[in-house]
Amino acid sequence: MAVAPERTRLTWDYSPAPESADHVRLRDAYGVFVGGEFADPRSGKSAPTVNPATEAKIAKVAIAGEEDVAHAVKVAREAQRKWAALPALERGKYLFRIARLMQERARELAIVETMDGGKPIRESRDIDIPLAAAHFFHYAGWADKIGYGIAGREHRPHGVVAQIVPWNFPLLMAAWKLAPALACGNAAILKPADTTPLTALLLAEICQEAELPPGVVSILPGNGATGAALVRAEGIDKVAFTGSTAVGKDIQAALAGRDVGLTLELGGKSANIVFEDASIDQAVEGIVQGIFFNQGHVCCAGSRLLVQESVAEQVEAKLWERMQKLRLGDPLDKNTDVGAVNSGEQLTRIETLVAAGEDEGATRRTIACDIPERGHWFAPTLFTEVSPVHRIAVEEIFGPVVSMLTFRTQAEAIEKANNSKYGLAAGIWTDKGGKAFEVAAQLKAGVVWQNTYNHFDPTAAFGGYKESGFGREGGAAGLRPYVRVS
Amino acid sequence: MSTLAKRSIKTEAKLQGIRLAVSMLDLTTLEGADTPGKVRQLAAKAVCPSPTRPEIPSCAAVCVYPALVGVARDAVAGSGVHVASVATAFPSGQSSLEVRLQDTREAVAAGADEIDMVISRQAYLAGDDARVIEEIVQVKEACGDAHLKVILETAELPSYDHVRHASMLAMEAGADFIKTSTGKAKVGATPGVVLVMLEALRDYTQRTGRVVGMKPAGGVSTSKQALHMLVLVKETLGDEWLTPDRFRIGASSVLNDLLMQYEKTQTGRYGRAEDFSKE
Repeated sequence: MAVAPERTRLTWDYSPAPESADHVRLRDAYGVFVGGEFADPRSGKSAPTVNPATEAKIAKVAIAGEEDVAHAVKVAREAQRKWAALPALERGKYLFRIARLMQERARELAIVETMDGGKPIRESRDIDIPLAAAHFFHYAGWADKIGYGIAGREHRPHGVVAQIVPWNFPLLMAAWKLAPALACGNAAILKPADTTPLTALLLAEICQEAELPPGVVSILPGNGATGAALVRAEGIDKVAFTGSTAVGKDIQAALAGRDVGLTLELGGKSANIVFEDASIDQAVEGIVQGIFFNQGHVCCAGSRLLVQESVAEQVEAKLWERMQKLRLGDPLDKNTDVGAVNSGEQLTRIETLVAAGEDEGATRRTIACDIPERGHWFAPTLFTEVSPVHRIAVEEIFGPVVSMLTFRTQAEAIEKANNSKYGLAAGIWTDKGGKAFEVAAQLKAGVVWQNTYNHFDPTAAFGGYKESGFGREGGAAGLRPYVRVS
Repeated sequence: MSTLAKRSIKTEAKLQGIRLAVSMLDLTTLEGADTPGKVRQLAAKAVCPSPTRPEIPSCAAVCVYPALVGVARDAVAGSGVHVASVATAFPSGQSSLEVRLQDTREAVAAGADEIDMVISRQAYLAGDDARVIEEIVQVKEACGDAHLKVILETAELPSYDHVRHASMLAMEAGADFIKTSTGKAKVGATPGVVLVMLEALRDYTQRTGRVVGMKPAGGVSTSKQALHMLVLVKETLGDEWLTPDRFRIGASSVLNDLLMQYEKTQTGRYGRAEDFSKE
């Protein structure tokens, strides 16, 4: 008998599949974008933006100061009059143009988003950038139909809107803010986050390419002080902020007594509820998507996992096994599932809260995986034996850490889900349609997903209850914050 | 699953994946027009898919109708390639149990190492689970030492829930492998169906400790699809399942696509279809 040739290989791993960044053309330094041009900041200040996965400096970026803010407001005010006077259909055309240019430069935007923020290229390529373009397409269509989106009431734009966006979805949040503001006839001054300013600055280039009238969009990169100056500036008519609850409260206090519109999209500690009649494997995928998407840097992350006791053991075992398959590493690798934590500061916050979880008696398990030497990383972590009093069940961790709690009855699930100062999102996993609707109606959460999680669409309104903020973004509801009605 | 469809398989991983996929192939011909000549040629290809690339392994098995098992047996003798035979009134299963058992016994007697049976959809869709199980048990008995692969024909089952349920029935009844399709229905091994079956298999194996294998068949015609199947296995069950003892792919035309992709990865150039022999 001939010897059979070798027929089996017991291991098979994926070769590195890094997205090439060769064709990305970034400037060495970026100033402020005001009046359709880039200029050195009047503050004279700048700081490097860093790749959180390698700690390499990418570019030097301006830190706008009070004078830059004042100048931008003045320019925006002039531009806004002409912008609002344009036929709405013409405004819509500019937005369509921006959307198409975003699609044309999608690959470049995705790579820069990943380099600057640390998120996996798979997510920036397939979610962030396409959704950002989709938001511009969506609101381009609304531009000449706004009355239909606000029940036919008389309306006019606010004027100059100040918009501050966070570092977790830099371009997507910029699109969420800019697209409806421009469609409604406002001029916008956008401040990107200090750790992730680059895609907003590329969006400024896109505004130039689209020949958007100068001054309609200004981009003021900067830090917390820049944002504080912007919301306090004379001459702004509305503020839209997405970020932490602490800063949101500060903004609301600063605006008290002023006739300035405000919408806030803040933190969350969203409940992801798994009932015993759920399709368990599907739910486990949803739990993973809910908390490990973008390293858990998601305001609506399903960070409080509520599982019915009868299936808790099963869900826990399956979730832990599924977590072993997550691939942490180079965010530019197309096979990476979990990228880098956005900054050293954020990593410290995650570590502090995780330590608190251990101290308070919850059981921590973190997957064993290779952690790159440089950069900021946190491996996917599961907490079990969590009680509702534990800090990890109450406070927003904003990292790849899920806290699993159990419940016995539907009533208890609802009570536990609502027992939070936040109310941004929730997930329900059950194969019983009636139960899903019954529970959803009783949850104090702006978004409730049924048998899915972290699913976004420009047509769907997004926003919170309680300390998760107020106002809605997306869909027809997203028009209302950008107009005054009479 | 949508994530897994996006895994990027390049360079060495692609070469290795292709070799692995070839080693898991049940190279199949199930036509009314099959002849001893055709089967012998196919068997030669299964034993040595690419003489100019000796690192490419043999396929796992050739899969034929019972009447051609003897021919296949002689053609692969000594190569380590198994002979698989469909049986039990394949593909419909619409004959008496006695006829189906006899079909099985004859295939085994002719030298089949593996039997691919179809479940009775007649019984399953009528809700008679007990009969489905009993029939599998009897076919398993008729198989003797031959391995039994149980085909669910998922295209004829109403939902993923039923796919999972039927998978469990087959495994409880003693299946050595569960298999998606006959290749004769409108759709075959879709990624969703494969994932559901792999998950069922994982849960069953974890619960009982008995290892059961999986065979997607039907519709796997490109290297990309085949590699995607390997990704599904790797990320639901793990590397220890990436062996022909536990995972097979039932197909025929995919072999040439795998060989073509192998050449392309090595040389950087795509070949012509005529560069590869059909059998």
